[in-house]
Amino acid sequence: MTAWLMPHLLVAPILLPMATGALMLLLGEERRRLKVGVNLLSTALWFAIAIALLRWVDGQGQAGQAAVGIYLPGNWQAPFGIVLALDRLSALMLALAGLVACASVLFAAARWHRAGVHFHPLFQFQLMGLAGAFLTADLFNLFVFFEIMLAASYGLLLHGSGRIRVQASLHYIAINLAASSLFLIGASMLYGVTGTLNMADLAQRIPQVAAADRGLLHAAAGILAVAFLAKAAIWPLNFWLVPAYSAATAPVGALFAIMSKVGLYTLLRLWTLLFSADAGASAFFGGNWLIAGGMLTLVFGAIGMVASQKLGNLAGYSVVVSSGTLLAAFGFGQSALTAGALYYLLSSTLAASALFLVVDLIERWRNDGATFAPHERDDHAPFLSPDLKPLVGINLDEEQQVLIGRAIPAAIAFLGLAFMGCAVLVAGLPPLSGFIGKMAMLSALLNPLGLDHGITDVAGVPGISNTPGAPQWTLLALVIGSGLLSLIAMSRAGIRHFWAAQGRGVPTLRIAEGVPVGALLLGCMLLTVFGGRALRYTQDTADALRQPQAYMQAVMQARPVPNPVKAATP
Amino acid sequence: MEIVLAIAIGVLTSSGVWLLLRPRTFQVIMGLSLIAYAVNLFIFGMGRLSIDREPVLLQHLPATLQHYDDPLPQALVLTAIVIGFAMTALFLVVMMALRGLSGSDHVDGTEDLGGDLPPAGELEDGR
Repeated sequence: MTAWLMPHLLVAPILLPMATGALMLLLGEERRRLKVGVNLLSTALWFAIAIALLRWVDGQGQAGQAAVGIYLPGNWQAPFGIVLALDRLSALMLALAGLVACASVLFAAARWHRAGVHFHPLFQFQLMGLAGAFLTADLFNLFVFFEIMLAASYGLLLHGSGRIRVQASLHYIAINLAASSLFLIGASMLYGVTGTLNMADLAQRIPQVAAADRGLLHAAAGILAVAFLAKAAIWPLNFWLVPAYSAATAPVGALFAIMSKVGLYTLLRLWTLLFSADAGASAFFGGNWLIAGGMLTLVFGAIGMVASQKLGNLAGYSVVVSSGTLLAAFGFGQSALTAGALYYLLSSTLAASALFLVVDLIERWRNDGATFAPHERDDHAPFLSPDLKPLVGINLDEEQQVLIGRAIPAAIAFLGLAFMGCAVLVAGLPPLSGFIGKMAMLSALLNPLGLDHGITDVAGVPGISNTPGAPQWTLLALVIGSGLLSLIAMSRAGIRHFWAAQGRGVPTLRIAEGVPVGALLLGCMLLTVFGGRALRYTQDTADALRQPQAYMQAVMQARPVPNPVKAATP
Repeated sequence: MEIVLAIAIGVLTSSGVWLLLRPRTFQVIMGLSLIAYAVNLFIFGMGRLSIDREPVLLQHLPATLQHYDDPLPQALVLTAIVIGFAMTALFLVVMMALRGLSGSDHVDGTEDLGGDLPPAGELEDGR
């Protein structure tokens, strides 16, 4: 279906939100109903395009081979013009962002979009930045799309205003401006050393860099990586994340769950491309830093989850945990582990996103409409909140017969089940996809070459043996341990908000707010049911990342479309 | 020339970083601006320094790098300046908003460093 649209469909995820966003700006602040409709329609279309691109990429080439779609926006050949490249990884991220965006915009349409001005245009510009960051194959273009995405995210974070949001935004903007400066320094240093900004061209030139310049090259890559790691929330650079994400309005928080994955995506993309096994003296540069940083982030996130009193912080720390796990897993640079990690990325992003939405519904139910209870504005809630004390006149022991057989209101049941689903996903317990993702990662950690190889079997790949060493065992322990800690934190929060919730009314739940939560959790269930296909896809993605030559060739060999006038007159 | 530029970038960056770490929002924004200037100069430097060479092709000069300056970093600087300017303006607005909401120009919105934060309810009216 998409074959005749192809290379041109590739630029649609960038152009569509740009056009819609600009159009909605022209509509002014009135006509909210129209704008909700336009936004919903455009986001749904964006998701559909992402799915079409995913199907196209998956249909191209055999398993293990790279499938790359190239679009030359300026009709200039690769090292001179900007290139958009779509491979399995970018298609996967686009589709994931599409689902999260659809859920988020639907949730916002119920209530939150009225909390401030220009929600819908900002939302569309955010999608544009996301799509651009996933698709571009040019380092400076990546910077521009990062800034589009960040500028929109500043606006979205400020949506709803209020002191807490403004303060969180101030920190968020300051850290991102500093990170952008580092991005520019790193990118221009790479240009100074190699003379190109095209990612594929960079990858070709890095093995040929003179030995005297290699230190400069590594410094550039390190500075660039710090900019992405701050976005991806590695440990010492992630103190901004939890206040910002928990202060954001719920649909924005849900959308931001994909934002920190952009940093991870860029790291994975650039690291596998620039420092692949072919990169000569620079091969796998910095992998150990990713592993160590990821593990520290994982520990920090897990401790943060247990320490959180506020539900929003719990959701924020679950994003940190997922970032840490992914960073450490990517750092090993093994294809099977990366495949498992990509699957875990899908599952954990959907779960974190759903958690942000569920948390908003629970908080509203609990506070009877207010967004935060007074004692929960800061994260200083006592362990025994007022809700936990048995109220006078209500008997909580076994003699209370009345409770038995009383129907649970559907809204509470839905909220409870949704929260439970999120808890199971975040902690990585068996029925849902969180478990499959962690299982895939852990088995790949212990058996990097697959189960059919013996423990002493050493493949020809440098740096990989089938014997797990200390880093592997540490990550294994940390992943399992963090799962336990998040389970404890989530069950404590669940008990406090559902079982100990006496004397509260029944929450009013709108369909438009229930559907997005359901859709995100359904996405995870589909990932579980079609786990084999999803894992096959992520395995192909990881294999393609391990062999970036096909991506490099596709980018470098793309030829501009001939000028129609010249073609007509030979 | 190289040493002058290097010192300029170094001074700008170090002053910027120092200001960025200060507790007042105005100092932070000045720090960010200084860092942005330093970064722009740095991008220029990465295109190699040269005197009396133009980045645009001229009729009477052969089109080799020997006779021209690298035009790409200049294009990059232009983009970086525009983006940096817009972001600084936005930061300024947020800074003013926080000043209005919290009644303090501290980056945390409160003067009370160390010790427990006062209850949020008091801060709301503490203007």
